[in-house]
Amino acid sequence: MGNFVANEGLSIFVILVWLGINAFLFVHFYMAFLVERWFYTRVLLGHALSWARAPAACLNFNCMLILLPVCRNLLSLFRGTIQYCSRTAARQLDRNLTFHKLVAYMIAFHTAVHIVAHLFNFEYFMDAQLNRNSSLLTFVLSEIGTGDNASFLNPIRTNETNPTIVMFTTIAGLTGVAITLALILIITSSMEVIRRSYFEVFWYTHHLFVIFFIGLVFHGYGRIVRGQTPASLQSNDPELCADRFEDWGKNETNCAVPAFAGNPPMTWKWVVGPMILYVCERLVRIYRSHQKVVITKVVMHPSKTLELQMKKKGFRMEVGQYVFIQCPSVSRLEWHPFTLTSAPEEDFFTAHIRIVGDWTQALYEACGGDKNETQEAWKLPKVAIDGPFGTASEDVFRYEVVMLVGAGIGVTPFASILKSVWYKRIQNNQDVFTKKIYFYWLCPETQAFEWFADLLQSLEGQMIERDMSDFLSYNIYLTRWKETEECESSLSVKSTPTPHTYVLTKSTLWSLVRRLISVFIMRQRMTRLLGLNRRLFMENPTGTTSSTISQQNTPGDRLNFYFSMQ
Amino acid sequence: MGKIEWAMWANEQALASGLILLTGGIVGVAGQFRGWQFAAYAVAAGVFVCLLEYPRSKRSKGTSVERPGQYCFTVCVKAFGPLTRNYYVRAFLHAAICVPGGFMLATVMGCVCLGIASLIYLAAAIRGEKWMPILPKVEVKAPVETMKNPPQNPPPRPPAEFRRKHVDDLEGAAYDNPMSVTADE
Repeated sequence: MGNFVANEGLSIFVILVWLGINAFLFVHFYMAFLVERWFYTRVLLGHALSWARAPAACLNFNCMLILLPVCRNLLSLFRGTIQYCSRTAARQLDRNLTFHKLVAYMIAFHTAVHIVAHLFNFEYFMDAQLNRNSSLLTFVLSEIGTGDNASFLNPIRTNETNPTIVMFTTIAGLTGVAITLALILIITSSMEVIRRSYFEVFWYTHHLFVIFFIGLVFHGYGRIVRGQTPASLQSNDPELCADRFEDWGKNETNCAVPAFAGNPPMTWKWVVGPMILYVCERLVRIYRSHQKVVITKVVMHPSKTLELQMKKKGFRMEVGQYVFIQCPSVSRLEWHPFTLTSAPEEDFFTAHIRIVGDWTQALYEACGGDKNETQEAWKLPKVAIDGPFGTASEDVFRYEVVMLVGAGIGVTPFASILKSVWYKRIQNNQDVFTKKIYFYWLCPETQAFEWFADLLQSLEGQMIERDMSDFLSYNIYLTRWKETEECESSLSVKSTPTPHTYVLTKSTLWSLVRRLISVFIMRQRMTRLLGLNRRLFMENPTGTTSSTISQQNTPGDRLNFYFSMQ
Repeated sequence: MGKIEWAMWANEQALASGLILLTGGIVGVAGQFRGWQFAAYAVAAGVFVCLLEYPRSKRSKGTSVERPGQYCFTVCVKAFGPLTRNYYVRAFLHAAICVPGGFMLATVMGCVCLGIASLIYLAAAIRGEKWMPILPKVEVKAPVETMKNPPQNPPPRPPAEFRRKHVDDLEGAAYDNPMSVTADE
């Protein structure tokens, strides 16, 4: 339980605060329309008025929030500052996309409530115009302002229309339809199936948010939700005058005909700040994209992986971070994230890119992947880099014993970590705190990540040369083993005493997972017995989940566990 | 955007439209709005569209992810053969279904969304995509091999480790007959 609180506590707190603000805004604005000023409006609409205005306020709040988690450069800046105060808080910033999605779902929910309430409002307004009977307060109210067209209450001014036509002839209606349509298209193209398989559809459709925000700002300009003006409240007190509506404006009563006006639009006050921040974010990205990045080496790995070695002036990275890469010759608008596989100690940075989609295939061809002869340096395409982003996995250097578990393509941050630890240990001759690394790797077959298998082998070879073979202990679990294939071709395991490769079937995969979990539980039991502290973190780089369990088995012997999978 | 299967997005859009149409229809009927008959139609149309669009098609490239519990729907939709397989039919069907929704405010949103889904289906149909059911793979049992490869060596046969040729021992790798071979005289 303590682990859970330490791990998830801050996230849950943030979510609760956000939900709390939503609930508060909903209730507050619901109640705000139950006052005197809106009495006559409520005569026409009942509580549907409040049911429409309350989600509108929540929508203002959520639309303000939704742009903030996607300003990744600004978040990086923010993260750099708070990392010194609290690493847990910094890690929260890695869950920006999860928060973005939560806010999006809330926007969709409130939009639905808002629309349903307004459907009732339109119907009631129409009813008031159609029941043309002077002994009905609703009709009398609807007739107000027919002359000057300014002090009216009912936005539907005639009975020779229907709600659909009214909707298409008011600013609020038109913008409402446009932004709801944009929202629906954005949501359907953001479904996981579409996003993972057809990224371009998701990315281009998502830019409909521009229409969404413009429409949102202009949505209230028609001021069609109208309440009694303060001046009118002096001359027509609804409590006293509502029942005597047939005598309004007559000399002997002190009830003048009420006058109504709409609220000025408020939404722009909520969203203008984040919109400006987002524009700044895009400008920063454009600026960064014009900074020169030189591809110094391109390596084609047989496993359909392209390794790009690049240099950029002033580029600094930490272990486990990722960058966005753009290649203007492939696509001017697309930026795709890739984990950095080089160590900070190297004077270049690399990314290993698997060729799986349109963009990666085009990049492969632009780098001359399909040609057999070596390419001239000047023929290589220009690229732009945005980043690096992501909470650095720097914690790995703070523990003596580290357990890394990677699955599939989630293993890429570990390339960076392993290289960095290696450099620290060997080349800089630093006294590295980390004494032992256990590395577990689950993958379908090593062919797909043959570059990483090569890295492990070369590390192993160097360790044996330096008589440090117990520094890194790695175990590879293959889940898609084919009997007919030779495993020795991809891994040289003959020289080592312990076999590193295991074949995993479904049952053995689960037994491995159970075994790993039981190792943690066992260690947890041990630490509970010993009464020592445990700390648990969750990290969230792009597309992977990783968790850190740091436990103290014995004082001075600390274990850190990283888990990264796709 | 060469590898996009538009039908996948059209399917998501149509399913969402079905739900929106259904919701608008329920509101129209429950609130007893004017023109509630259109709302009642929208309820029926929304349910129909949801049932039709719930089973995802099998992708021509890549792994297809089923929606939970879609197997029975797949079987029903498959039973209509070319009517459901062809996306031109679906495009025109959705275009036709969405029209009555435009006559009532509560269902206008569903109408517009379904119209857009119909356009995306048209794009999919023009590109030659088809709806293919995701069915569980029927395992074809290969005939059990009762006969393994006959032994390559004449008797006596030394055990396997000695038979395997070692690269560092080229002389030994050449076949060594334990018995001298003589031709039949």
